[in-house]
Amino acid sequence: MKLLLELFTDYTLRNVALGAALLGIVSGVLGCFAVLRRQGLLGDALSHAALPGICVAFVLTGSKAPLVLLAGAGLAGWVGTLLINRIVRDTRISEDSALGIVLSTFFGLGIVLLTWISKHNNANQAGLDRYLFGQAATLVASNVVTMAVLGGVALLVVLLLYKEFKLLTFDPAFAASLGFNTNRLSIGLTTLIVVAVVIGLQTVGVVLMAAMLIGPAVAARQWTNRLSMMIALAGLIGALAGVSGALISVSDHHLPTGPMIILSLTVLVLVSLFFAPARGLAWAWLRQRRQRRAMRAGRWQSKLKQGGQS
Amino acid sequence: MSTLPLKINDLTVAYHEQPVLWDVDLSIPAGVLAAIVGPNGAGKSTLIKATLGLVPAAAGSVEIFGQPYAQQRKLVGYVPQRSSVDWDFPTSALDVVMMGTYGQLGWVRRPGRAQRELALHCLEQVSMADFAQRQISQLSGGQQQRVFLARALAQNAQLYLMDEPFVGVDATTERAIIDLLHNLRAQGKTVVCVHHDLESAPEYFDWVVLLNVRTIEAGPMAAVWTPENLARTYGGRFHTLQRSPAAEVVG
Repeated sequence: MKLLLELFTDYTLRNVALGAALLGIVSGVLGCFAVLRRQGLLGDALSHAALPGICVAFVLTGSKAPLVLLAGAGLAGWVGTLLINRIVRDTRISEDSALGIVLSTFFGLGIVLLTWISKHNNANQAGLDRYLFGQAATLVASNVVTMAVLGGVALLVVLLLYKEFKLLTFDPAFAASLGFNTNRLSIGLTTLIVVAVVIGLQTVGVVLMAAMLIGPAVAARQWTNRLSMMIALAGLIGALAGVSGALISVSDHHLPTGPMIILSLTVLVLVSLFFAPARGLAWAWLRQRRQRRAMRAGRWQSKLKQGGQS
Repeated sequence: MSTLPLKINDLTVAYHEQPVLWDVDLSIPAGVLAAIVGPNGAGKSTLIKATLGLVPAAAGSVEIFGQPYAQQRKLVGYVPQRSSVDWDFPTSALDVVMMGTYGQLGWVRRPGRAQRELALHCLEQVSMADFAQRQISQLSGGQQQRVFLARALAQNAQLYLMDEPFVGVDATTERAIIDLLHNLRAQGKTVVCVHHDLESAPEYFDWVVLLNVRTIEAGPMAAVWTPENLARTYGGRFHTLQRSPAAEVVG
């Protein structure tokens, strides 16, 4: 209760909650398209690809300002996207392998750079490694404003191109036959996912960001059979997980923010997987059991009948 | 000549340097129901995809009513293979059919009441009006196929390209598709279907393209559908297929 009150009065708490909510909404919405296109791993590749971008941005500018570092992250993520696209188009390497290659190469490079920076630049480096697992407590008002602007633009684009993104996701060949440039649409959608990743880096970090894209979408899909509803629910679930995880991490013993958010999200995903009305595993299991029992009863009945006839 | 719904000149398509279609020439006259028939790997689906610009052509050209496809999209309706999409996608039958109107709508504009009514009308034409609000994963294979056909109808086209519409459907759906094809022909529209089943092909279609990487023969069903031509298309295996009792299963 006290925590809820402080939400509105405490400067840090308010920033953390707002930032985490924004992140949850944007990644929830965009994650729906990634998951439905079976590109859940894409977010993982993009977020890992962001790490060397952060390091290079720091080395080049010497600045630790989030805006500078996140610009580097976004740029690196985008380069990663184009690389994945090229690999899939120009070689016989499949998409999941291409994602894996880009993910591990970029992340490896990022870790090497991070180590190098810490050796040569001790005093200044302290801030960079927080992008690995996120640290919501470092969010200040200006960061939240940046997140809001970026996220707002991303959501606006989704709103405008909802019809096109839906068609691209469901039936890309048909979309292309109608004259929509599916290649550009696809790059556009991926660029928006890069934006979502950039928004999440300060709070969740590069390692766990993918879960913020996949989790809310998977959970939301369980509750509805309509895309628009799924997107709204995913935003809500993402925001809920973000806010609760971030608040727990900030209020208690400085637990790492990213992992706390992901744990809250996991609870929501598990509840959805098991107990959502039509698709819940618990109900499926119950139905199956009932069916098996009915079948067994039926077999007994027919056996009895046969016995009576002979 | 420019009134031909579909004219293909010297079309060659290759995947990883392996030719899938080689120097294909084809003219489909208006108002026919044409089947593209040929063995597995003959390039039947690729021919349709290349026509729509979905796979790049290494050489050759495609004309739709005398113009390149990019300028004639609104005259062409497309029915992809049913298995090409994930039917667990969160949407309803009506919503899928409305996608047929997206091309006319263009960028950003959303479908409204007019598109909704058109889509409902198209669902009626394939006897699926009762399933308009049904989630698409809860439809049978045949019903899903009819939803795809209704979506193509919503495109309100002059030329329809269909990729194996008869594969894996129930008898009701088969009947519904045949009625629909006859309906389209009666309206003067042209239909080109990839078709697998040799048994039913001469019964359903009045025009045929025998394809095996090259065009083997094309023309009116009555003239082209001969054992010799089929043997040339299927590389001699056709006779053995025809005689063996397994022929129906294979077909």
